[in-house]
Amino acid sequence: MEKRELICVSCPIGCAITVKFDDNGEIVSVTGNTCKRGDSYARQECTHPERMLTSTVKVEGGRLPVVPVKSSVPVPKEMLFDCMKEINKVTVKAPVHIGDVVLPNILDTGADIVATNEV
Amino acid sequence: MQYDVVVIGAGVVGALISLELSKKEVRVAMLDKCNDVAMGTTKANSAIVHGGFDAANGTLKAKLNVRGTELMPGLCADLAVPFRNNGSLVLAFSKEEMEHVHTLYERGQKNGVPRLSIVDKAAVKAMEPHVSDEVVGALLSESAGIVCPYELTIAAAEVAVTNGVEFLRNCAVESIAADADGFTLVTTLGEIQASYVINAAGIHSDDIARMIGDDSISLVARKGEYYLLDKSYGYIADHTLFQCPSKMGKGVLVTPTVDGNLLIGPSALDVEDKDDVDTTAEGLAFILEKAKKTVPELNTRGAITSFAGMRAHPVTDDFIIGFSEKNDRFLNVAGIESPGLSAAPAIAEMVSEMLTEKAGLQAKAQYVSKRTPPVRFRHMTKSEREALIAKNKAYGRVICRCETITEGEILDAIHAPAGARDVDGVKRRTRAGMGRCQSGFCGSKVVEILSRELHVPMNEITKFGGESKILFDKTK
Amino acid sequence: MLNYDLVVVGGGPAGMAAALQAHEDGIEKILILERADTLGGILEQCIHTGFGLHYFGEELSGPEYAGRFIEQVYATDIDIKVDTMVLDISPENVVTAVNNFDGLLTIQAKAVVLAMGCRERPRGALSIAGCRASGIMTAGTAQKYVNLDGYMPGKTVVILGSGDIGLIMARRMTLEGAKVKAVCELMPYSGGLTRNIVQCLEDFGIPLRLSCTVVATHGKDRLEGVTVANVDEHLQPIPGTEEYIPCDTLMLSVGLIPENELSKNAGIELDRVTNGPVVDEYRETMHKGVFACGNVLQVHDLVDFVTEESKLAGAGAAKFIKGEKKDNGVVETKGQNGVRYIVPQRINRATDKDVKLYFRVGKVLENVMLTVTCGDQVLLSKKKRKMTPGEMEYVTIKADIIHDLPENSTIVVETKEA
Repeated sequence: MEKRELICVSCPIGCAITVKFDDNGEIVSVTGNTCKRGDSYARQECTHPERMLTSTVKVEGGRLPVVPVKSSVPVPKEMLFDCMKEINKVTVKAPVHIGDVVLPNILDTGADIVATNEV
Repeated sequence: MQYDVVVIGAGVVGALISLELSKKEVRVAMLDKCNDVAMGTTKANSAIVHGGFDAANGTLKAKLNVRGTELMPGLCADLAVPFRNNGSLVLAFSKEEMEHVHTLYERGQKNGVPRLSIVDKAAVKAMEPHVSDEVVGALLSESAGIVCPYELTIAAAEVAVTNGVEFLRNCAVESIAADADGFTLVTTLGEIQASYVINAAGIHSDDIARMIGDDSISLVARKGEYYLLDKSYGYIADHTLFQCPSKMGKGVLVTPTVDGNLLIGPSALDVEDKDDVDTTAEGLAFILEKAKKTVPELNTRGAITSFAGMRAHPVTDDFIIGFSEKNDRFLNVAGIESPGLSAAPAIAEMVSEMLTEKAGLQAKAQYVSKRTPPVRFRHMTKSEREALIAKNKAYGRVICRCETITEGEILDAIHAPAGARDVDGVKRRTRAGMGRCQSGFCGSKVVEILSRELHVPMNEITKFGGESKILFDKTK
Repeated sequence: MLNYDLVVVGGGPAGMAAALQAHEDGIEKILILERADTLGGILEQCIHTGFGLHYFGEELSGPEYAGRFIEQVYATDIDIKVDTMVLDISPENVVTAVNNFDGLLTIQAKAVVLAMGCRERPRGALSIAGCRASGIMTAGTAQKYVNLDGYMPGKTVVILGSGDIGLIMARRMTLEGAKVKAVCELMPYSGGLTRNIVQCLEDFGIPLRLSCTVVATHGKDRLEGVTVANVDEHLQPIPGTEEYIPCDTLMLSVGLIPENELSKNAGIELDRVTNGPVVDEYRETMHKGVFACGNVLQVHDLVDFVTEESKLAGAGAAKFIKGEKKDNGVVETKGQNGVRYIVPQRINRATDKDVKLYFRVGKVLENVMLTVTCGDQVLLSKKKRKMTPGEMEYVTIKADIIHDLPENSTIVVETKEA
């Protein structure tokens, strides 16, 4: 039986969680957590981990040469570097405002890349 | 490029020699392999103007120290460089050490050191209350002082350039060919012709001399490490506090700096690599331990930075100043270790006299002897500041928060004759980045300003020339 | 001379929240002085998300969090001067500042809010031996270069210090194409949030080396490598554990220091543990009419707490200006047995609000009792599963309890074994 050790990030306690899988890779147990949030964190992290992605995008004619951006929703963890490649191709023209979509639905993840500052 | 005189090395010695020569009708170039003046031994030493009692009677060190210390206050006034005549104390912590103090006193008398006296414990404690209670007495030298060695060099180079000297930076001498009329120097900037060469290349002056076949100079690279403490520790010492030498070594000093910081050091370690100015954990621990003998309350909590400098120790134990035996147009000024800073004005005077006699130099009719004092916003009164900003708005924009350095001062430093070309150059000229945050906040702004003023991209700006770039490529 | 009711020194999250609160409480003439060229403070370069979860219930980036306040400030008649450096605050609350459009400014204020933030501890304070090569910088400086100037400050990186800025920069540099070789932490535990250790280091396979420090830097011009070594229980390097790591950049994330030079020059009493001013429950310093909030008062880990604290300072300043700040003697606060400090350090017994006592513990504590006492009286006692030095904690004391405490008594917050 496969198992995976995680540290829960839901709160500062940081419980050490053990997730056990059966031969088909299905979760059979989550132990070590001390609350429900730990359980759902562990299940998410072991099935489809996602992360918010933040970076910058090149700006022409703005007060800064780059504008900070974020993904509107978390993207699959394993796609972070692929998303970075796409983000690095984008150039936008000033003015850019908070909330402007600079790259919609990046790599079909459902996440838009949006500006998070006024440049 | 053709010059009458080429001075190799833009340390305090090279710069002051160039300054002296700029008073004469002669075409002078001052070369340095670095991106700025004062990049070698000058940059990192004790910043002390010694009384002159230490060197053996009859040596060049003794003679030029006493004369240099006499010239220093006037020179600093002309160059608008802060000099403080704070006096020095050689502290004795035992009877034996007190005997040494008497020996130094007698030597000082022979060397012609003015205002020397021996003081007792009570007098020491009255002058320096933070000195250890173990002190038994001291040698007081009232002519001694402190000066910032790189500020002195920057100022000297500035006035020398104002008076026609050319400063060639990033100009490393690779070989020298001599003929009847002088020399051809092959450098990283191309060939340079010179009728006379002055070798003021510091720790590398032996290598330079060897280029004309003169292997008479024998130097040992001696590393010294220092701690610089925050201004809030400046109260610890008013005089420069020396220890007596012992079997365990020369002892370390504790001294205020002209900027009000406290400096402790140096260690002394002979090293193979002349360019090895890395600090070591052992060296730093050593100086702190030794300095505690002088001031027991010292600790490194107030340390803003530590650094190491290289001293060119001549095996003859005396300065080497004179025309080479291999070529009488080639003047060596080598082995300038302590008290080299104190002696530098006198060395420059001596070298200028030697060359004047040899080459029959004439005095210039027009000569600018005084440097316009640089703007120091932090030292100004309210009305002075108002007038300054009214004249130039750039003095209203504070770049370095810790030391209150304005954009105007940084622009002045960059555009001055022999001005700053890198971040450390701006720092040495203005103090931007020398405060508590050590350029955490202003470092990137200084890079921006240098980039704008020198018309180069930010990622070509260096910390101190060479490959010391600060930034790589653009992220996007 | 200009005249204002309230002058706020610093236009970051602390200064803006204080100004907005005072404005809301009816103060009319307010001026914010900011040394950078925009409002927002350090948040402008903190482009990662995680801000605002407490205050807005949303996960915002730094500029977004700041942006919400900037918008609110500009919607009021609060005066703003950016690119303006405050040089001095006199005992009479005359503020002297300078910029390149007004020149020298002198401003008479009825009340002042100090909100200058903090600075990073530099290399010199650590006395790391070695070279003076380029490529050694604080994590915050590197963050500015990457996020605002758009330049990479390094390609192969070692980070010393596992506080949140160091962790965030490890991820940031990795995403932009750099190789982060290791994050070294002197202490046996990280000072950063667990979430950041997982998402900034583990996600990218970056090793976190606990009880490990940089003992030397190497290189002539640009940094070429660092020597790291493990440390013993006294935090001293263990001989024989040295390891050379080639890298062109060393980033330091080794602590933040409140920027209190102005406060010190104004003669304001500072707390020796927090390095920030000693304040009461409205964050009024020992200098009448001068308030302090945000990182200049105590180093926070969550901007949401900065906002909350700054609103208190703004409210206090408003009360002070209106002459409504009550005085009925004070009680002092004190942390002991693992509790390093308490903010506020003093509380007016006449307080009209419940008071949150903020504190940090000195080391990781598990399963301890946290008690709050005053003399023989136990004001509060609760069990804590885990407390770490990296996370600010607080306990709330009810106003009516405080009213009844004897004047000049001391409230003690401490931990005991459960």
